[in-house]
Amino acid sequence: MTEETKPFEPVIIGFTCNWCSYRAADMAGISRMKYAPNVRLIRLMCSGRLDPTFVFKAFAGGADAVLVSGCHPGDCHYSTQNYKAMRRFHLMQRVLTQMGIEPGRTKLLWASAAEGQIFANAITKFVEEVRELGPLNWNTTTAAKEVAPEIPAEVPAEEVQA
Amino acid sequence: MSKPKFAMYWAASCGGCEIAVLNIHEKILDVDAAFDVVFWPVAMDAKYADVEKMEDGEITLCLFNGGMRNNENEHIAKLLRKKSKIMVSFGSCACEGCIPGLANFSSLTDMVDTAFSTITTDNPDNFRPQTSYAMPEGIITLPTLNPILKTLDQVVDVDYYMPGCPPESHQIAAVVDLVIAALEGKAQLPPRGATIGAGDSTVCDECPRTRNVKAIKEFGRIQMTHADPTLCLLEQGIPCNGPATRSGCNARCPSAGAQCIGCYGPAEGVVDYGARLISAFASVIDSDNPEEIDRILDGLVDPAGQFYRFNLAGSLLRASKAAQKG
Repeated sequence: MTEETKPFEPVIIGFTCNWCSYRAADMAGISRMKYAPNVRLIRLMCSGRLDPTFVFKAFAGGADAVLVSGCHPGDCHYSTQNYKAMRRFHLMQRVLTQMGIEPGRTKLLWASAAEGQIFANAITKFVEEVRELGPLNWNTTTAAKEVAPEIPAEVPAEEVQA
Repeated sequence: MSKPKFAMYWAASCGGCEIAVLNIHEKILDVDAAFDVVFWPVAMDAKYADVEKMEDGEITLCLFNGGMRNNENEHIAKLLRKKSKIMVSFGSCACEGCIPGLANFSSLTDMVDTAFSTITTDNPDNFRPQTSYAMPEGIITLPTLNPILKTLDQVVDVDYYMPGCPPESHQIAAVVDLVIAALEGKAQLPPRGATIGAGDSTVCDECPRTRNVKAIKEFGRIQMTHADPTLCLLEQGIPCNGPATRSGCNARCPSAGAQCIGCYGPAEGVVDYGARLISAFASVIDSDNPEEIDRILDGLVDPAGQFYRFNLAGSLLRASKAAQKG
């Protein structure tokens, strides 16, 4: 197959917590469920360990999308750290959007150790969504376009005179 | 014996670094006593050709400030690197891009459009600067813009980093003293690649404000609130970049009632400045409800601008190979 006809295979880095979502992936494996092979999982002890630096490094190193996965809210092995992960994720997504990386390229997924099927389905769905977005394009996605509408088109003359 | 040679150059920068150097007051006489100033376009007349004629490594100390906006900046950076023994990436622009680096948020075309065709620009014929133009006397040229602004160390090897926008004068004086002492054999220079003229902790460490528990229900802008002058600003919901910013300025802004904006760059060990701040800010939001979190985050009007005001060109994402292609 030539370069053009080869379908785009997104590279997705997945961060999973040791106690729930990594075990969900394990469960999917043990149960011989089939799901898209595009996600490379990295196990953290907790989703609260996720430093946004990891995500930025993944994108800088060529990932097309990043998945963050942890225990369901309220079920964290370390009591509340997945809430921390959630807050960071929300803020991180806003910053990434301004940096030209669409919100669709990051996903926060809650999966318990028993939810192998949910995990597998979510990954397959995410891979298709990212395939739809295409490779990360640094040239066209600029934050200026995102921020621009908030600046009034007409600069008030009174302010300029001062 | 001839004196060691000193050079200072500005690339894409505002000139504040030069003022900060002169702001070391009578210490500047020590610089003059210890060094032979051979190249300093802001302060004296010197030609690029003079530098080109020098031997490699002839300049002992070169303070290089400014980012790499065009090919002239890069050319001089490479030239001075070759001619200098100690190349210091001086000031925020050279170290991490600083304000000129914010142009990396947009494409080159957008940037030029903003500069030459906004409502505040008087440019009725919509001219754009050309990099070469044929005059009757011959072709004249201007430097070509880089697709994105690069930091100095993305173009040449750098011996030391000296952060700050601009570096504080007492820090510059201390560095000058150190280099002079080292030349006299009385002191040793830090290992290559080190950050000099700054602390190795965070601004919070030097900040005189009282810190209690941070639990933020609302972010506000400092000009819209009556901030308690003794209490930690972040605790009061004012986005203060102290937690990720390198110490060395004596917490100048928080002491004066303003939030830290991060001009001293990432603290020791911080890989991506903005990512560290995302962690710091998000962790102290006092809510477990996604909708409420979003509402609280709406108070941060421009998070990327807040987190990368000085650091965009040096950030993981914008310094990546893919982004550098433009």
